[in-house]
Amino acid sequence: MAAPKPRVKVPKSASAGEVITIKTLISHKMESGQRKDKQGNVIPRQIINKFTCEFEGKPVFSCDVEPAISANPYFEFTAKVMESGTFKFTWVDDSGDVYSHEQAIEVK
Amino acid sequence: MKKAIILAAAAAVAASGMAASLAGAEPVDDQLVIDGELEMVTRAAPPKDHPLDEVLSGWLYRTPETRALEADSFQNPGMLYVERGEEIWNTVEGEAGKSCASCHGDASESMAGVGAAYPKWDAAAKRPINVELQINKCRENNMKAEPYKFDAAEQKALTTFVKHQSLGTPMQVDLSQGDLQSWWKKGEEVYYTRTGQLNLSCASCHEQNNGNYIRADHLSQGNVNGFPTYRLKQANMVSLHNRFRGCIRDTRAEFPAAFSDELMALEVYVTWRGTGLSIETPAVRQ
Repeated sequence: MAAPKPRVKVPKSASAGEVITIKTLISHKMESGQRKDKQGNVIPRQIINKFTCEFEGKPVFSCDVEPAISANPYFEFTAKVMESGTFKFTWVDDSGDVYSHEQAIEVK
Repeated sequence: MKKAIILAAAAAVAASGMAASLAGAEPVDDQLVIDGELEMVTRAAPPKDHPLDEVLSGWLYRTPETRALEADSFQNPGMLYVERGEEIWNTVEGEAGKSCASCHGDASESMAGVGAAYPKWDAAAKRPINVELQINKCRENNMKAEPYKFDAAEQKALTTFVKHQSLGTPMQVDLSQGDLQSWWKKGEEVYYTRTGQLNLSCASCHEQNNGNYIRADHLSQGNVNGFPTYRLKQANMVSLHNRFRGCIRDTRAEFPAAFSDELMALEVYVTWRGTGLSIETPAVRQ
């Protein structure tokens, strides 16, 4: 697969105080570090180890991710929105890379 | 005495467990609707001379969780490969300086329904041609690019993208083209020939035992309308010829090369067996 690419689904608009469902998916091989190649050498671990979601700088949801999570990790969670703003999503890779994505929501 | 009672109890548990799991392998009565909008045909009337009473999609044999994954195009991990395929579609490669889009334009128009009619007859090569081989033919002749090696990541992504443009279209192979009818016959022979140390044919599992378990796995009718398929076991796309080879390998036989005459004949025949089922690419399976 090419470079990990996040996909995020947030409603475009909501009413104040509404509980919305947020879905995220990122393409990632999630190499567990427990497999060996044909020569018997351990394939180094490379997983996404942390996922966070913030709304205008305030934490909404975060979790540590462990090697047993399968490839292309999917997270779904809910959040209560009071005002318009932007959700920021970040995925931290063992390689040190950080993938991020932003999505705005309009509260009517 | 006490030991005997325990043994009897264990046997009762084993028997009830088996009954429950056997019942669980039957196809479910459920309707596949993608994103709550696109209704898919997962049960179809068989074509003439078909050995089964009803043609069923493999989707009906999967667990509720797996079925739900396919019904939501956001959650379906196969859609990541559709997106990757779209990038490849628009990427210029080869000496002719062309991409797929240079000739075919917008795939959602030019490729709509196309994947549902493959395999087709290739008059120049005098043998059937599937989507993978058609892509390679285009790359060689029109783009002057290297053909993809079997199961290269790009081949799987682009094939998935092209077939996805037919999502919902009933699969229908036109056997009147060229010599396709005799390849169908050859494919039927492959389907019913027992191979390997386990002495199994395709029909042993997918015709006579669909709805039963083989070890821990449900057997479906083995229809191909969802290929390339996202298999949770591999956490990746699996191409049709990879699956053919995997099945034959599991009978402990020597397996033919991808796109060989035997497997192309089998693709023609098995596609015909699934006539009428909606293309589900990328389907999600166990």
